[in-house]
Amino acid sequence: MSVRIYITGAGIISSIGLNYSEVLFCLKASKGGIGRLTLLDSVHKDEVPVAEVKATNEELKGLAEVPGKGVFSRTSLLGIIAARQALKSAGIEKPFDVRTGLISATTVGGMDRTEKFFKKYLKDKSHGRLRDVITHDMGDSTEKIAEACGIRDYVTTISTACSSSANSILLGSRLIENGFLDRALVGGVDCLTLFTINGFNSLMILDSNGCKPFDEERNGLTLGEGAGFLVLESERVVAKTGRKAMGKVTGYGNACDAFHQTASSPEGDGAFLSMQKALLKAGIRPDQIDYINAHGTGTKNNDLSEGKAIERLFGNSVPPCSSTKSFTGHTLGAAGGIEAVFSVMALEQQCIWPNLNFTRKMKELKFLPVTDLRNNVPVRNVLSNSFGFGGNNTSLIFSKL
Amino acid sequence: MEAFINGLSAISPQNTFAEEKLLQEPGEYCDVRFIKCLEPQYSGFIDPMAARRMSRIIKMGVCSAIKCLKDAGIRNPDAIITGTGMGCVEDTGKFLISIYENDEKLLNPTPFIQSTHNTVGASIALALKCNNYNNTYGHRGFSFESALLDAMMLLQEKQACDILVGALDELTPDLFTITDRLGFWKKVPVNNLCLKDSKSRGSIAGEGTAFFALSRHKSEKSLARISSVMTFFRPENITELQNRITSIGKPDLVILGINGDPQGDEIYSHLRKGIFNDIPALYYKHLCGEYDTSSAFALAMASGIIREQRVPDIMKLDDIPVGELRNILIYNHLRNVNHSAILVTSC
Amino acid sequence: MEQLVQKLKEEIITALNLSEMKPENIDEKAPLFVDGLGLDSIDALELTVLLEKKYGLKIQTSEEGKKVLYSVRSMAEFIRENNKG
Repeated sequence: MSVRIYITGAGIISSIGLNYSEVLFCLKASKGGIGRLTLLDSVHKDEVPVAEVKATNEELKGLAEVPGKGVFSRTSLLGIIAARQALKSAGIEKPFDVRTGLISATTVGGMDRTEKFFKKYLKDKSHGRLRDVITHDMGDSTEKIAEACGIRDYVTTISTACSSSANSILLGSRLIENGFLDRALVGGVDCLTLFTINGFNSLMILDSNGCKPFDEERNGLTLGEGAGFLVLESERVVAKTGRKAMGKVTGYGNACDAFHQTASSPEGDGAFLSMQKALLKAGIRPDQIDYINAHGTGTKNNDLSEGKAIERLFGNSVPPCSSTKSFTGHTLGAAGGIEAVFSVMALEQQCIWPNLNFTRKMKELKFLPVTDLRNNVPVRNVLSNSFGFGGNNTSLIFSKL
Repeated sequence: MEAFINGLSAISPQNTFAEEKLLQEPGEYCDVRFIKCLEPQYSGFIDPMAARRMSRIIKMGVCSAIKCLKDAGIRNPDAIITGTGMGCVEDTGKFLISIYENDEKLLNPTPFIQSTHNTVGASIALALKCNNYNNTYGHRGFSFESALLDAMMLLQEKQACDILVGALDELTPDLFTITDRLGFWKKVPVNNLCLKDSKSRGSIAGEGTAFFALSRHKSEKSLARISSVMTFFRPENITELQNRITSIGKPDLVILGINGDPQGDEIYSHLRKGIFNDIPALYYKHLCGEYDTSSAFALAMASGIIREQRVPDIMKLDDIPVGELRNILIYNHLRNVNHSAILVTSC
Repeated sequence: MEQLVQKLKEEIITALNLSEMKPENIDEKAPLFVDGLGLDSIDALELTVLLEKKYGLKIQTSEEGKKVLYSVRSMAEFIRENNKG
């Protein structure tokens, strides 16, 4: 039962650009998006840098082409923008002629509005505008995206912390393979909130100088925001429409580290298993991977554990590897979606993206991340990792046609 | 596509966790606007060092999951899949409040760590040291159904043999206050067992956890079989809804998500006059209250009914005689947005 | 010092929700982490917050953290030394 899953569209919004071409330009120019927090009022704004999408909610409403009166969380706006771009880039228009589903992912949902509500609600439980709290749950942003895109055949949301949107790509692929859908819009979205900034700050894992993935002196992650979506279609649909595909989803693996609620196991057991499962599904050998888009958050724990797992799987010939979180920050529930778009870009452009902010090799690891843009190199298969709290680990493999 | 239910455990406002047989003593709550779970003793199910960090919902979730696996005789499931509409609300609220109360400084990290939707799924994996597939859905009235569909696909793909699937949602004072302001609940307290007859707006709030051990193989432990799961997002009209539901086949019995809110219940009345005409109908939300993953409670009821071939009077909506029970259809909707149907069949 | 140790033990039990533990069960010299009391990295963060909130003391580096949070006694010593002047 091997059904090919084609990628026929991609949409993205992040701190390095409001659409596919802007983002691609920054990747090629090695221009990262980490800077000062400007859109949220936090006491930490001078201490911890972030990777913001440089647009106010009003500006995002314009880009999302939604009615001005509607109640939209920042998360839903970012999601609508990237999802619409993905459909547009695939040349798909309503009404849909095939069964189309939406699998989105998020970890904060409408928390940005809930925070506004809670500030007033805490003083008096009869206070706080209700329109600020009705967007709180994870399903809200997904339903807003579904409505904006006119998708009804299957709609759901995955929330497995930082691997959420990698899991939505995995599920979308399986729904097509199992014949439930012909097409799936998959990805994820998260916006910056006081909740996550303070959450990661309480864990003391925010680097005050911006993240330095796989660097000996790395000191934590940098939070980002954004959304990334792909359009996945079955072979039959692609054959029927003659649409040009950008690549394929060939492998996926989901495993649980089952080591600790937040920390990764020292040898990266869950990471090793998820990568191994993805290779098995794709039916390729480790040496056929040309690029690893690592989870690489920049925390001491993740990069060591992930690096160890990579070395266990790839031995002495670790393929070119980088963490693009050095461009976008860690976008949590959006990370898997955004990095899937980066992987597709790598296949399309035959490029390998650099790992910014790197200076010193980690003493525990043998391999070095790629630090300069590599142009015109053969990129046939890309492995993308997304690992989350609770040890929820997912690896995806994207391949050239 | 099918999955055998080889074990289940639910913590609810009924005595589901301890009772051997279905609803032996239905829990009656007088003058209530919400009903809460009857919590078991957690020691014996959860390691105390892990339990000290767990909020109520995490304990309820992990405890019902462990009991479910025990009953099914499974030590290490091939997958753990959970669904939750609202996630770990208590920890989320706790951390959010601490941000404002402490002016963003010196915050305790534990509630943040425990606030993610996958906390329960991850905690179960941690307790079992289970490295297998692990996923969590968080989508309103589709949360549990999405988890079920994922599980059934894994069985079909032959990626798994035994899967733990569960649903969890908790009611906290703040969640009740806020949803009450949104007009979800009856303003005048009612007796839960008379919920269907209430004419006032809104429902009664509830909560619960329910876990199921699903398997590709039938065993002597098998209670029932899930043969179909469907979700419909915003059906355009009742005709579309009827067409979708009839595509599943004609059941011997339906369990409906009637919640006492006249507006939402109109859809069920319509179906009972239409495609469910002459099919005996039951309801369940008077027993567990209204919450995003209440259909998991309904699945626990349906499994018990099929195994015992007995319909508890307390659930009946009509006097239509009940014959042999081979197929039970659970149909539920949340605010006319998330509609779902689960077909449960005898083994 | 003994008073401080006793007080600290009670504060730790509350902060980490060690409800099945009594102050006399905690050996003040035994390691708090892994082998001793079995605490982990999340507890280390909670204890860091405790020291700063209740005693106004900040742990500067992870090396210092490891030393200070080794046992109840090392925490008490850290508090006494730093509260002198």
